[in-house]
Amino acid sequence: MVAVNRQYASDEELLVEVEGLNVLFGRQHVLRDINLVIPRGQTLAVIGESGCGKTVLMKSIIGLVRPTSGKVCFDHRELVRLGDKDLSQLRTRFGFVFQMAALFDSMTIGQNVAFPLKQHTSKSPAEVEKIVLARLAEVGLPPSVVHKKPAELSGGMRKRVGLARALALDPEIILYDEPTTGLDPIMSDVINELILRARKRYPVTSIVVTHDMHTARKVADRVVMLFPASRLRPDEPQMIFDGPPTELDSTADSRVSQFVKGEAGERLMEMHERGEIEVSEPDE
Amino acid sequence: MTPAAEATANHRNGSVVQAAADWVADLGSLAIDGIVALGNISLFALRTFGWLFARMPRRETLLPAFYQIGVLSLPVIALTGTFIGMVLAVQSYSQFKMLHLETRLGAVINMSLVRELGPVLAATMLAGRVGSAMAAELGTMRVTEQIDALSAMGANPIQYLVVPRFLGCLVLIPTLTIMADFMGVCGGFFYSVVVLDIDRLHYWQNSQLFIGVFDVFGGVFKSLFFGAAIALISCHRGFHCSPGAEGVGRAATGAFVNSFVVILIIDLILGILLDRIYYTLWPEAGKLF
Repeated sequence: MVAVNRQYASDEELLVEVEGLNVLFGRQHVLRDINLVIPRGQTLAVIGESGCGKTVLMKSIIGLVRPTSGKVCFDHRELVRLGDKDLSQLRTRFGFVFQMAALFDSMTIGQNVAFPLKQHTSKSPAEVEKIVLARLAEVGLPPSVVHKKPAELSGGMRKRVGLARALALDPEIILYDEPTTGLDPIMSDVINELILRARKRYPVTSIVVTHDMHTARKVADRVVMLFPASRLRPDEPQMIFDGPPTELDSTADSRVSQFVKGEAGERLMEMHERGEIEVSEPDE
Repeated sequence: MTPAAEATANHRNGSVVQAAADWVADLGSLAIDGIVALGNISLFALRTFGWLFARMPRRETLLPAFYQIGVLSLPVIALTGTFIGMVLAVQSYSQFKMLHLETRLGAVINMSLVRELGPVLAATMLAGRVGSAMAAELGTMRVTEQIDALSAMGANPIQYLVVPRFLGCLVLIPTLTIMADFMGVCGGFFYSVVVLDIDRLHYWQNSQLFIGVFDVFGGVFKSLFFGAAIALISCHRGFHCSPGAEGVGRAATGAFVNSFVVILIIDLILGILLDRIYYTLWPEAGKLF
């Protein structure tokens, strides 16, 4: 299925608009002519193999990566036109869950979750503490973790703290960067459940960057698949799938179906031809 | 010349031209990289100044930076100052003794300390102890996406991370310099008077005679620029750290080496400038007769 952005009833429904987005790092073309609109309340999963530009797309949406060309708008405001202060203010409407949690290791867990509250609200310390404990409870962490340092927690717990911190300011949109990577299957499912729970509790829009198909199928209303720009012909679109997760299995594009099924297929031969890996001949 | 020999000669000439062209291209690329780096750090400094005047950092970010930069650097800077004072006494004594001018040692040691060695050594120690640590810390924060996390939460990383460190270096380096000067003077005095048995009264009288407030002020004034350079270079290296452990290591080493080179350049420029100012204000000072 070729990239198709669904038409939405009115512009007011749209929270994120990406138009003709190109991102180059030096001579490397990471994102090529990406067009994407995300309506309020939708949970979008962005899938694709490592290095295809999923995280760069997400960081462009929050303004952490500056587009080489094209437009990225949040709530009809173009990010590159905003000054430092306006952009900082706009970002308080975002929650970002980083791949490795990105907790501040010089602070305790409590200070980490309280950070956005202290930065952007004038709540009293008692109110901040109450919110911190509530957010930690929402992600299933006991009050005893408040005084611990991030290094004292397991990977799964750190991810949950990252989610609690992202939820601290009741964001309108939460961006999840590979939320289940590096976790065991049980903890991955816990994170998936927390993503769903966050959506049920708040009317939040979510973008989940993942290559975990279980996560994509479980949490997303819509899936977009990106393909590495370096392996595309000049006339091919980088977004090779855009549709509901149920359509993933019926797509005719072999690149999508191979990714969904986790089959290397032609990619293996391609890597062999480039001399990147050796493919052993089957025994006679 | 046979066609084959002509072809070989042409090929050789072509190789030489190609090598020269490559050399020019490499040189050009190096110059461009240098200009880009200078532009980058200038913009970084401008943004730091912008945030410095826009909003003062909070107390909870300022105090740990001040503690790290000022309090924890104090022992090592005091120790360096003391030993440099003593070493100056050891190195100068024999020459001055030959001329029977050993009581002038106080002037030489103390002048060298307050004008040059105190500020430069305090700055070098600060670059080694604090600059590298700042670059490594910020580099690790960059690699582990903590700086991105700050931005994503609507906090400006320059305002939150760079401004407190910049202020810490700028405000505390004069006090550290004065400490290095003081301990150097004590070290020099101890070795000259106690160990080498130079007359105490003449040692101090000569010191007082040759060293003025301008000399001490000049040293402290220079240290302000050293402190600003250390903070900006180290934070910039940390912010633009390449990924991985190797990147963090390079940022830390680069922060020290670049800071040290810039300290020496600033020292020379300000040394010339202060000298001009001194002789403009006191034109008679340099005349022997």
